[in-house]
Amino acid sequence: MPPVQHHIPEDIVQAYVSGRLPHAFAVVVAAHLSLCDACRATAEAQEALAGAALDALPSDAAPDADLRARTLAALDSVEALPREAMPIPAPAGIYPSAVMAELGGRPPRWKSLGAGIRQTILTAGPEGSVRLLYIPGGKAVPDHGHNGLEMTMVLQGAFQDITGKYARGDVQVGDPDLEHTPIAMEGEACICLAATDAPLRFNALVPRLLQRVFRI
Amino acid sequence: MEPEAIAGALSPPTEWLIAVRDRRDRAAFGKLFDHFAPRLTAMMLKSGMTRAMADDLVQDVLLTAWTKAGQFDPSRAQASAWIYRIARNRQIDHLRRERRPLPDALALPEEADETDAAQTLALDQEARALRAALEKLAPEQRQMIEQSFLGDLTHTEIRERTGVPLGTIKSRIRLGLERLRHELKELR
Repeated sequence: MPPVQHHIPEDIVQAYVSGRLPHAFAVVVAAHLSLCDACRATAEAQEALAGAALDALPSDAAPDADLRARTLAALDSVEALPREAMPIPAPAGIYPSAVMAELGGRPPRWKSLGAGIRQTILTAGPEGSVRLLYIPGGKAVPDHGHNGLEMTMVLQGAFQDITGKYARGDVQVGDPDLEHTPIAMEGEACICLAATDAPLRFNALVPRLLQRVFRI
Repeated sequence: MEPEAIAGALSPPTEWLIAVRDRRDRAAFGKLFDHFAPRLTAMMLKSGMTRAMADDLVQDVLLTAWTKAGQFDPSRAQASAWIYRIARNRQIDHLRRERRPLPDALALPEEADETDAAQTLALDQEARALRAALEKLAPEQRQMIEQSFLGDLTHTEIRERTGVPLGTIKSRIRLGLERLRHELKELR
């Protein structure tokens, strides 16, 4: 696999590591870290800093006297438990485990948006949404309204726009200023993982209507 | 699993965690508890949890460390970084009632050799240097880092920078990852 060309900005990796990134974007970051050792190293370096900060916290907040005894006593029963009550799904095919977890461990159930384009909504909430998009080779990626932060990661195939070519593992971080028309490259269909916080910021009537129809 | 050469040379919490991983050493687990429980309690309280909730989560984090110790790779992380990740995972699972998305797990090689030992030792030194750098920061800068990593989990400021240069430790971790990928390829 050729190395990833388009990475996640370091401040977004930090927001992920510190647990302050909304769920939809955290799915994209986790998927990208699965495929990109450069960004995984960035994330783990951030964790090293977080660990140093944890170590530097005052150690005088003594826990409940009883807690130590209870925790040590629990080691036997923990050992007896099955390894994981709710196992994290393994990666499958093109989908990293963070995506499989959103899919509930099942293959995506695609819904047609017309013109051969399909989508599967993974989560949609007030803080943002994340979905899979399937775009046949040569087709334009539907405009999903750059009204907020948007992150699109390629899982299969590739797309291209004025900012460059994006293949498996590459992430495009878009903001409201980015005007572009991504087009799936000829050949294999392009499957993307796309997160946006746009639903929060839809103001115009038309996008809101479209949003209701397509939930995009 | 770690060659004898580095025994005793690493930061104590990392040594204890390796002892838990390799020998299910309960005395070492007790030491991990004594070291991390107060700090984790402070972290939980900082993020706005009640004392009872904090106690529950601290226990949960340390028991998770016990069950998942087999995944601890000292050539890529120190005990404090690894425990921090578990703590944040558990906080998010608990507070948001949703599973935090995580990168694919990387399988560890069966046997660690001299090169892994050297890498582990070098990482440990980098982490010590990082801690020293953190201590030298201006108070408000340290506070910002504390607030970001250990404070509440609000979804606001994405655009923030810690101001701590992470280049060296990042390259060191990268070497650990490359080595791991290489070994996995050879196993296949």
